[in-house]
Formats: sequence, C-alpha cells, structure tokens
Amino acid sequence: MRIFELFLLIGLIVCATAVSFTKKLLTSIIIYMSYSSIMAIIWVILQSPDLAVTEAAVGAGVTSILFFVTLKKIRAIQAGQQEDGTGEAEGAEGSKDSGETESQAVEETDGTKAKEGGQ
Amino acid sequence: MSRLKENYENSRFHRFEKWVDGEAPSREFRMETKAPVKRLPPEELSGPRLNEEEINAVVYDERHNKELKIFRVINRLTSVVLCLTLIGVLLWTVVYLPEFGNPDNPTNNEVAARYIEKGVEETGATNFVTGMILDYRAFDTFGESCVLFIAATCVQVLMRLDDSDDKEKMKKKQAEENDRIYEPKNDLILQKVSCVLVPLLFIFGIYIILNGHLSPGGGFSGGAVIGSGLILYLNAFGFKKTERFFTEKIFRRITLASLTFYCLAKSYSFFTGANHLESGIPLGTPGAILSSGLILPLNICVGLVVACTMYAFYTLFRKGGM
Repeated sequence: MRIFELFLLIGLIVCATAVSFTKKLLTSIIIYMSYSSIMAIIWVILQSPDLAVTEAAVGAGVTSILFFVTLKKIRAIQAGQQEDGTGEAEGAEGSKDSGETESQAVEETDGTKAKEGGQ
Repeated sequence: MSRLKENYENSRFHRFEKWVDGEAPSREFRMETKAPVKRLPPEELSGPRLNEEEINAVVYDERHNKELKIFRVINRLTSVVLCLTLIGVLLWTVVYLPEFGNPDNPTNNEVAARYIEKGVEETGATNFVTGMILDYRAFDTFGESCVLFIAATCVQVLMRLDDSDDKEKMKKKQAEENDRIYEPKNDLILQKVSCVLVPLLFIFGIYIILNGHLSPGGGFSGGAVIGSGLILYLNAFGFKKTERFFTEKIFRRITLASLTFYCLAKSYSFFTGANHLESGIPLGTPGAILSSGLILPLNICVGLVVACTMYAFYTLFRKGGM
C-alpha cells in the first residue's frame, strides 16, 4: 500500500510538471484530467470518498470538457487533415477530431467515476 | 373542479409565471435587455493591411536586433529564478505545517470534538460531514449554491446570443456559434456506450444525493455526477433529444424553486445570529433514509441546482443558449 501511495504521488508530480512542458494545449488538458483522476484515488486512500466522487466528476469530467469546448471556440485545436472544405468556417474541419476526443473523454471520466464509486 | 379565472392573463400568478419562464416580461419586472446597435467602420477606414509575418520577421530579427536578444536572455533568466523562488517558498512553508494525522494538531479542537460527540444526536445524520454542512453550517452552504447560480448567470451573460431583428444575420450567427452543426452525428459507439452508462450514472447520482446523510457524498457530488451524465447523453444524442425533457424553462423553474426553498429553510440564521432554531421535523432514527429532518430535502435542492448548472454551462458553451 505504501508503495502504491508513493507511486501515485510521483505520478501527481510528473503530471504537474508535464503540463508545463507540453506544447499542445489539447495534451495539457488530457494530462490535467489524469492529474484529477490520480487525485481522486488519493482522496479515497485518505478516507474521504465524498471528495473523491466530486474530484472525479468535476475535476476530471466537467472542467476538462469545458476546457475542450473553450479550445474549440478559440480555434486552438488544429485540424488533423483537411477534407474538401465547404469553406464556411475554419473550425468546421477541426471540429471533427476534437468532437470525437471530447466524447471519448466523457466516457473515460465517467468510467473512472463509476469505478471509484464502487470502491 | 378547477375554475378558470376570467382575467387570468392579468392575475399576479400568471405574470409571475411569465417572469420565471423569461417570456415577455410584464411591465413590473421589465429590464433593458437589448444590446446596443454596433456600427462597424467601413473597410477603407481601417487602413492598409500589413502582412503579419513580414512585420514579425522584422521586429523579431534576433541577428540584427541586439536589444531584443539581451531582453530575451534576461526574460528567461528571471522567469527561471522566479519559479525556483516560488517553489522554495512553498516548500519552506510546507515544512512548518502540522504533521499529517497528528492528534495534537490545532484543527483537533473542541469544535470538532463536539460535532463528533453530539452530531448524530442533534442532526440525526450518520454522515458527520453532511450534518455539519447542511445543519450546523447550512447558511454557508446557501452562499456556496448562490455562487454557483451567479456563475451560471455570468456565463449566460457572456455566451448568450442576442436576439437580432435581422433573420439572415441571426441564422449566420447561430451557425457560427453552434459548432455542433459540423460534427459527426449519431456516432454508433458513443450511443451504445451511453445507453449503458447514462442510466447507471443517473441512478448513482440520485443514490448519492438521497443517501447524503447516511453515506459519503451529498448534494454537490451527486449533482455533479448527474450533470456529467446529462452532458454525456447530450453528446451522444444531440440537442433535439435533450430538449424534449430539459429546456430553459425547466432549468429556470428548478433553479428558482430549489434556491428559494433553501433560502426559506435556512436563511433565518442570518437574523438569529447563527443560533439554531428547531425545525419541528422529527429527526427519526439515525441510519434510516427518512431521518435527520431538513437535511434530505436540502440535499435534493443542492443536487438539482448543481446538476442544472453543470448542464447549463455546457450548453451555453456549445450553442449560446439552453
């Protein structure tokens, strides 16, 4: 258990430093999500499961989704491949990948939440 | 037998209902909500357009601009020094913090002891945290839920689309704001997964809210879980399906009703100087679901407000309206 705790704490520090060294905003948000998930497990170990549920739902779930949407609003997520553009909006093509990553993110966080609720 | 009033349109309740729903504010509650008309200057006035890359190439030319080079070096050095000092100060502070889990810590004083000794007896909640939050310090929690409501209102002020008289313009604006138009719809994997996950999430959230006084959790965490379930459903099935059961009207009604109930139930401590008043509701046996007086309805109120706010944030970010 001790080793597991240390492992989690090291993961926390690695996540925190990795956010400042990533160049892509999208990556840094995903690292932020993993930071929140690790933090949720640490809350369970510290015997406060109510905080763990909140951290998983708000920190890893809703906040990161709002970050994703904001990135999309300011067109910070670049388009991966350009399909034949209808030319209406620049963000239109970019929205395809970002939309998918976003919905995947929702699933992932929800999955972790359900797991942590079971513990 | 309900009797229709003849002058129902003018009755106070009807006007109140309209005000809550946000349709056609009656004269008593009317506020200026129209945005001022913007007049954009014609294109000629904005001057000749310079190529941004060319300007940047001249300004940030490090080979010929020695000042810039020195400035950049100093900038980097100071940022590193600043970061290191901040880390040092924070770590230095941590050294002076009381040891984790030490029974002689200053937080373990008579207040916590009293809450633990008399908490179950006085509030009827076996979860001390909820007993503290929603009974002893319910007024603070009221402030917190108001902060959430104010945050939702601010986001609405910032992200909301103004009604425009010009229909063509309005359509264009909506298309620009609503970035879901260009997204793939009816993603099969997402839909199937959410078919399984969303009911579980809803039930889990409701369980957390209803058992707030018995087991870990409470209004806020349960509400957040339900809110993220709503967002997942919205992502899978689109706005049309969620609008069948969750519209702006329902959002307004739920938020207003729960905040008002909370306010009526707990804001008396503002006048009594945080003295406890008997609510008159029997506390019941600790451990039963119908126990601990007002805590259960207050938990439900907080949960509803939080779930609605989470969902409203997301929809406002996505399309500038509920």
